[in-house]
Amino acid sequence: MFLQFTILSFVAVTATAVVLTRDPAKQAIGISFYGLVMALMFFIFQAPDVALSQIVIGAVALPLMILLALTKIRHHEEEQRTRHKNEKEAA
Amino acid sequence: MKRRGRLIFFLLSAAAFAGVYLWGLRGLPAVGHYRGPYGDVLNRVATYERHVTDIVTAVNFDYRGFDTLGEEFILFMSVIGGSVLLRRQREEEKGEHRDDNLADESPERQAPQPSDAVRVLTLGLVGPLVVFGLYIVAHGQLTPGGGFQGGVILATAPLLVYLAGDLKKFKQITSHTLVEVGEAVGAGGYLGIGLAGLIMGGAYLRNVAALGQTGNINSGGTIALINLATGLEVAAGFVLLLYAFLEQTLEIRLRGEK
Amino acid sequence: MSFFPYVVAAWLFVIGLYGIVTSRNFVHLVICLAVLQSSTYVLLLSIGYRAGGTAPVFAGVPVGTPAVDPVVQALMLTDIVVEATVVALLLALVLQLQKHADTLDPDKLKALEG
Repeated sequence: MFLQFTILSFVAVTATAVVLTRDPAKQAIGISFYGLVMALMFFIFQAPDVALSQIVIGAVALPLMILLALTKIRHHEEEQRTRHKNEKEAA
Repeated sequence: MKRRGRLIFFLLSAAAFAGVYLWGLRGLPAVGHYRGPYGDVLNRVATYERHVTDIVTAVNFDYRGFDTLGEEFILFMSVIGGSVLLRRQREEEKGEHRDDNLADESPERQAPQPSDAVRVLTLGLVGPLVVFGLYIVAHGQLTPGGGFQGGVILATAPLLVYLAGDLKKFKQITSHTLVEVGEAVGAGGYLGIGLAGLIMGGAYLRNVAALGQTGNINSGGTIALINLATGLEVAAGFVLLLYAFLEQTLEIRLRGEK
Repeated sequence: MSFFPYVVAAWLFVIGLYGIVTSRNFVHLVICLAVLQSSTYVLLLSIGYRAGGTAPVFAGVPVGTPAVDPVVQALMLTDIVVEATVVALLLALVLQLQKHADTLDPDKLKALEG
C-alpha cells in the first residue's frame, strides 16, 4: 500500500517537472528519468512485461529520437544562418 | 487568442474536465479489488490450453493476436513515414556541395573522438546486448519478454557502435539492404502465420502448430513463431528509423573525418 | 488510497495538456504529448490491479495463485509501442516544419501561404 502510494506520487511529481522544463535538451534527460520511474511503477504493480517495454522504449528509444531530432534542428539552423549571412554579404 | 486568455480558458476547462473525469471514475471498483471475469479465466485456462507460462504474451499473440497484428503494422507504417519525411531532398544535396566550407565543418565544431574508456565499454557491450536481446525474444512465452521488448534491445546494438565512434561500420550495418528485407520478412511472416492458421485451422491466426511441453522454449505453437517474426520486424524497424534520423549527420561526420 | 491512482491519472492528463497549450517550442510539445499518453498507462494499470496478486507469469508459480489481469497489460504494451511511433512521426514532421517555416514556436506560425 505504502509503496504504491509513494511511487504514484513520485510519478506525478516527475511528470510535472518534465512539463515545466522548457528546454528540449534538458527535457530529453527528464523524460528518460520519467521512463525509468514509470518502469519502476509497473514493476511495483506486478506488470513485468510492460516494465520491460517501458524501459526500452520510454527510457532509451524516446530520448534518443528527441536528441537526434534536436541535432538535426541545430544543424539546419546553422546552415540557414550561414546561408542568410552569405546572401547578405553578396547583396 | 492572446496567451493569457488562452491560459485562463484552458485552466477553467481543465478543472471542469478533471471534475467530470473523476466523477466518472467513481463508478469503477476501488483499486486492488479486481472484479472482472476475463483476467481470472485467462489466468486459469491459458497454461492448459496453450502450454505457455507467460500469459501476457499468450494474450498478445494468440487470444488477441489480431490487435497485435494491427499494432505491428502501425510500427511498420511509422518507419515508412519517418523515412519518407526525413529523406534528403534534392536541394539539400545541392546545397551541401555548394557550401562545403560551412562553419559546421570547422575543427571546433567537429564532435570530439570518444575516449578510450567509452570505446572499450561500448564495443564490449555490443556482443552481450545482442545475445541478451535474442534471449528476451526467444523466451517471450516463458518469462516476461517477447518480440517487442527484445526487438528494441536488439536495435540499440548498432547505436553502441555509433557511440564508439566507428562510423563506417555503423553505416555498413544500418544501410544494408538486409535490414529492410528483415523488416519486410518479419511483417510478412506474421501475416503468413495467420494465413496458415486460416488454411489449416479454419480461422485466421488460429494456433495450429504443435503446442509442445509447458516450460520448453518451443512451447505455444504459433506463439513462438509470431514472437520471432515480431522481434525481427521491430528490431529492423527501429534500426531503419535510427538510420533515417542519423543519415545526414553521419554523412557530414564521415566527410569531415577524411 | 484506493482512489489515488485515478487521481494521478487525471493529474497526468491535465498537466500534459497544460504543457501542450502553453508550449513555445514544438519539441517540448511532443514531449508533453508523451506525458499525456502515460496517463492512460496509469489508468489501465490501476483497473487491472489486484491487491496481493502476483504477476501473470506462471513459470515456477502454481497456476491457481491469484494474479493481476493480463489482458489490460497486453493493452498497455500496445499503448507503449504506439506512443513511440507517434513521437517518431511527430518529430519528423517538426523537422520538416522547421526547415520550411524557419521557426519552432507555435505562436509564430503564420497562416498557410498560397
